[in-house]
Amino acid sequence: MKPSVVDGRTLTLKMILFVSLSISLMIADSSFGYLTTVRTYLLGVVYPLQYLVDMPIKAGQWLSKSVSNRKQLLNENAKLYKENLRLQIALQKFEHLKNENARLRYLLDSSEEVSERVQVAEVLAVDLEQSKRNILINKGENDGVFVNQPVIDARGVMGQITKVGLFSSVVMLLTDPSHELPVQVVRTGLRTIAKGMGTINRLSLLYLSNTGLNTGIKVGDLIVTSGIGQKFPKGYPVGTVIEVTPDIGKPYAQVHALPRAILERNREVLLVWENATDLVVK
Amino acid sequence: MNLVLRPHGTWVIVLSFLFSFMLAIMPLPSWASAWRPDWVAMVLIYWCIAIPHRVGVATGWTVGIVHDVLNDALLGQHALTLCIVAFISVKLHLRIRLFPRLQQAISILGLVIINKLLSAWIYSIFTEFQISWSVIFSAITSMILWPWLFVILRDMRRTYRVF
Repeated sequence: MKPSVVDGRTLTLKMILFVSLSISLMIADSSFGYLTTVRTYLLGVVYPLQYLVDMPIKAGQWLSKSVSNRKQLLNENAKLYKENLRLQIALQKFEHLKNENARLRYLLDSSEEVSERVQVAEVLAVDLEQSKRNILINKGENDGVFVNQPVIDARGVMGQITKVGLFSSVVMLLTDPSHELPVQVVRTGLRTIAKGMGTINRLSLLYLSNTGLNTGIKVGDLIVTSGIGQKFPKGYPVGTVIEVTPDIGKPYAQVHALPRAILERNREVLLVWENATDLVVK
Repeated sequence: MNLVLRPHGTWVIVLSFLFSFMLAIMPLPSWASAWRPDWVAMVLIYWCIAIPHRVGVATGWTVGIVHDVLNDALLGQHALTLCIVAFISVKLHLRIRLFPRLQQAISILGLVIINKLLSAWIYSIFTEFQISWSVIFSAITSMILWPWLFVILRDMRRTYRVF
């Protein structure tokens, strides 16, 4: 009934054809940027699947929120109210400082003021390739997301967009081994580069010489983005130095930092658009 | 005769692949994700063994491309490995069909190891990534779960008369 004998020669030919097709695809994808648009559309096509996987988890969260008791909600409300009040007060001061800063910059005739726009995106609960540290968010090309766009959370820098789909995009976290970010120590202004190590919650700071350790950096220092790579806006907190080990055998010391942002657990992240506007003096 | 040969029940095949994709991206705790069975490869192998005149190298390649996009891998990485896995299983489909269940599971172990190792090897060419023993963990769980998957898919195939 069934033609169970499959012709061996056509099969081999087909296999060779498809293998060479995959190899050329891989080379095109890795070395040249030809396939960016193709991937954008393919990511759009598979979005329903990812959404479907994410849905039960989201539904569970919604359910737990809607059945949580009144007292708990009241407590949370009170806590948020206090938090809001505190932030409002801090913001008043900030507004004043911002104006002052703008005025001083104007007097000095110095560089442009940079303003930023942020948008909230949600993290989809799907697993990507496990050897990398990537996450998927639910904003894509339709929302104006672009490659290399900075992604932050309420506490600090999280990473940057590496692939954009129609309705979703892939974020490479700071801790990915192929992610490097130009940073600066707040206390001393020492510049360095924060590289991911592929492990959860650990960054390694590169090119710090053994001799410079005494004055430049110590445990507990806050590091922020330095804005040198032109990709990240300046001054966002990145992490805290937790370990400084001088390594006499090597030209550079081993310095480790703990990222500020909650990289593995949060549901909401913020996308940053930077628009250089003209200086406004009020 | 003509009626018999007409493809039947394509939606069952498509649905089984969609389901395997969903299982493949379902979030697991980090210790468990290395042990995640290679669902996509298993479903592909089943259809290659059951209906080799319909599901073969081309299907493997297409499925692989979708798998790449879902996993944020290099475009073509899983396409290549799955098309080779499909090739081997179509070549050996008569033999694997006759194997007792245990022996069948062992051949699945071999095929999934080929899939995983090739994919890790390709990945290590393009990035700095060290191949470790964790590559075969998922092959072991795939082998353990194969008999159940086989029975489920076989019943599906018989109920909806996919041929």
